[in-house]
Amino acid sequence: MKVAYYPGCSLHATAKEYDQSVKAVSAALGIELKELDDWACCGATAAHSTNFKLSVALPARDLISAEKDALDVMVPCAACFNRFKSTQHHLDHDDELKKEVEKIVGKPYTGSVAIRNPIDIIANDIGLDTLKSRVKKPLKGLKPVAYYGCLLLRPPEVCNFDDYENPVLLDKMMAALGAEPKQWSYKTDCCGGSLSISRAEIVIKMVDKLMTMAREADANCIAVACPLCMANLDFRASAGVRLPVYYFTELVGIALGLQGGRDWLKLHNIDSVSLVSGLGLV
Amino acid sequence: MTQFLQEVNDRINGVPIQRCFHCRKCTAGCPLATEMEFNPNKVIRMVQMGMKDEVLNSSTIWLCASCETCVTRCPNDVDIARMMDTLRQMSIEKGLSVPQKKILALHNAFLTSIKMFGRINEPIMLAHYKLLSKDYFSDLAMGLGMFLKGKITPFGPRTRNMAAVRKIFKETKHS
Repeated sequence: MKVAYYPGCSLHATAKEYDQSVKAVSAALGIELKELDDWACCGATAAHSTNFKLSVALPARDLISAEKDALDVMVPCAACFNRFKSTQHHLDHDDELKKEVEKIVGKPYTGSVAIRNPIDIIANDIGLDTLKSRVKKPLKGLKPVAYYGCLLLRPPEVCNFDDYENPVLLDKMMAALGAEPKQWSYKTDCCGGSLSISRAEIVIKMVDKLMTMAREADANCIAVACPLCMANLDFRASAGVRLPVYYFTELVGIALGLQGGRDWLKLHNIDSVSLVSGLGLV
Repeated sequence: MTQFLQEVNDRINGVPIQRCFHCRKCTAGCPLATEMEFNPNKVIRMVQMGMKDEVLNSSTIWLCASCETCVTRCPNDVDIARMMDTLRQMSIEKGLSVPQKKILALHNAFLTSIKMFGRINEPIMLAHYKLLSKDYFSDLAMGLGMFLKGKITPFGPRTRNMAAVRKIFKETKHS
């Protein structure tokens, strides 16, 4: 299958191992990615907190550009995913706003392409059975908790992604890779998001709770699908409670026996190499 | 008194917030409630009662992390997260002195980066944030670590059609 690809700012910077592992896994699973031409930032929390129209117009320009190729758009960053889905929701439900935004961007919006997260594409288009059949190195001994965070799921009528209080797609994917996902009650709790820089002391409390609860669930690592969750867990957790954190695509890549696994993990802050090398996976 | 409530409802353009019957489910699920001076349901009540100055000057509206747990769980579909966005925007438009200066400084540095490059240029954005927030020394080691791992660079790819991006900023600017 072929999809347009919107990496967003994070995947070209702080989350470049997410970008690299998404690309490697997509290539291995036969998902062809075409980077969206001349994309701009989605505006993230900064735009929707301060200027509603700006928060719609910025993603609208990228959405309209994606319509040219008539390809659905893969958006691995949960924050970008949420901004795109929200923008579609607003444009589909508010004609006046749609007209105004079309005038600002200078082109019509038709709403003809879908915004997709790679979890959804791999689980529903490729299929977990196919994924399982491609596993070369089952992740035996890896006991992740799947951490979905906020922005893939909420609000549910906008995101349309899995069960919003008890999502299971990532857990099922981890099981298909041969890992032993642990159940916990913090799958969809917030990591503190963009308060990480401006109010770090609050975020430290939030991620320490997540790490502590993951440990209580007997997990030995955390699997994430959001660069903000990763940054907060990986950089803000206190020394006594830290667990290795992995982008789910890194774990898929390692299980499929793809090259580059160790290089992706070296970019993390918390040591994430020892656990998987100890299990003989990289 | 009704004017403020009406203005907030008009801007949210969805379920009117007087539909809230104060079950406090939003506050029970809010991950930031313990840090806030007013709980989310209390903010709703204050808007209903027309307490404009107290609401727009409160730190609560800035501490909301937009996790959307409140609106997801509200039995009356009141969009509390959108209300928080709206109140922040009204506070900015009125030129009020924001009690959570560092939070707004980060938003402003972030948006300036998009206005300049179309995308986030982390080193320049963070330097700008430090100037705006006067928080010069926090996280320097973390930033250096990321730089050494090649995770942040001032030379990342930028948007080519900056005229289109600047037009978006110009035409969405509030008067």
